[in-house]
Amino acid sequence: MSSMRSGTFALRSEQDVVLGRQAVRKLALECGLRLVDQTKLVTAVSELARNAVIYGGGGDMDWAIVEEGARKGVQLVFRDNGPGIPDIKQAMTDGWTSGNGLGLGLAGAKRLVDQFDIQSAPGQGTRVTITKWN
Amino acid sequence: MSILKQATIDAIKQNESALLTAWIAGLEQEGSLSDNRITRDEVSAQAKDFLRLLVAASAVGDAADLSRGEWAESRQFLELLSRSRAQRGLDSQHTARFIFSLKRPLFDQLQTTYAGDPKALSNEVWAVSELLDLLGMHTIRAFQKSREEVIMRQQEELLELSTPVVKLWDGVLALPMIGTLDSQRTQVVMESLLQRIVETGSDIAIIDITGVPTVDTLVAQHLLKTVTAIRLMGADCIISGIRPQIAQTIVHLGLDLGGIVTKANLADALALALKRSGLTVTRAE
Ligand SMILES: Nc1ncnc2c1ncn2[C@@H]1O[C@H](COP(=O)(O)OP(=O)(O)OP(=O)(O)O)[C@@H](O)[C@H]1O
Ligand SMILES: [Mg+2]
Repeated sequence: MSSMRSGTFALRSEQDVVLGRQAVRKLALECGLRLVDQTKLVTAVSELARNAVIYGGGGDMDWAIVEEGARKGVQLVFRDNGPGIPDIKQAMTDGWTSGNGLGLGLAGAKRLVDQFDIQSAPGQGTRVTITKWN
Repeated sequence: MSILKQATIDAIKQNESALLTAWIAGLEQEGSLSDNRITRDEVSAQAKDFLRLLVAASAVGDAADLSRGEWAESRQFLELLSRSRAQRGLDSQHTARFIFSLKRPLFDQLQTTYAGDPKALSNEVWAVSELLDLLGMHTIRAFQKSREEVIMRQQEELLELSTPVVKLWDGVLALPMIGTLDSQRTQVVMESLLQRIVETGSDIAIIDITGVPTVDTLVAQHLLKTVTAIRLMGADCIISGIRPQIAQTIVHLGLDLGGIVTKANLADALALALKRSGLTVTRAE
């Protein structure tokens, strides 16, 4: 996989979540994602970005337009230096929330994209990498 | 401590009209006067007022500390000036230039006043420069604050503007939602919808989300809460405007809208609402 263009986007507030979604929608368009895939990716961004803001105390989103053979895609890394997730399996369970959400963000985001990887440990922050191909 | 020397203050007073002329000429050259959002007369009057305030305050004030009482009038004057410019949509550069372009004429004046005393000259140039910088900064800060106020007011207006509850039929209300559904907006929307349900005695409310670009877990949670509140009031709720891509996303996200009646578009929702109210629509013969 090779990266053609990349950058970083700050996630500090709910406003940044909205701006982040808009930025990713542009990238998705650029990669030729279909409307439904654009919508799925943008929704996953909304979930992961908001988690970084709410639970991670703010973070960053690295974005890259990637290429592999003939296909193009958007790869995003959501990182924060927050408290981390003690039990990833539990956090990835539909309906589990430590706050007062629906507990669907992480598991839902995974179902909305093509590739999903999460790394987190208490005191180590959280890092979620997703990719959506055209 | 950098209070201006008495000789400087006297020089400014004595050469007031020449200084003003040079100041206005400078502004003109920078293009500050060719903006139709502000008139030349207005700028001239502001320049004159400001110069007088400057002289009055620097005769007693400590230039290094604008927060002191002596500077209150000057500060207020600049805040008003900033606000009026912000409201007219002029930018911060234009506003700050008003103060900074006074430097040149004042420096020229100092050159003449202290022609034989280079040490005093450099002291006074420094003092005047420092003073104008501080006043300029204050102006920029005031301008930014005014801009933020303008933006905040617009946001609040938008908040209300974008949540019109419309009556579609006797007993049927519709709420076309447009844009991002954040917590604050949902609160406003929910309140106005519940209010109107009471006022109109409606028993069906249609929430149309055609204009909502992203339906994520937060939006879903807001919608679910709104629906619950509507039901608690004894009314029914239909959600319409679920576009195909949104429907697919909702499924993958794992959202359960099972208990809620949904329709693809507002027309279908209205048809259902009418039917439930016992009404049928027929073509006139
Ligand atoms: N970046 C993060 N840092 C620390 N904890 C996190 C982070 N992201 C998720 N979590 C934990 O994982 C739990 C599940 O996250 P998920 O996004 O699935 O649900 P939620 O945010 O609680 O609710 P929803 O996203 O449905 O509104 C969260 O409640 C939180 O405890
Ligand atoms: Mg979440």
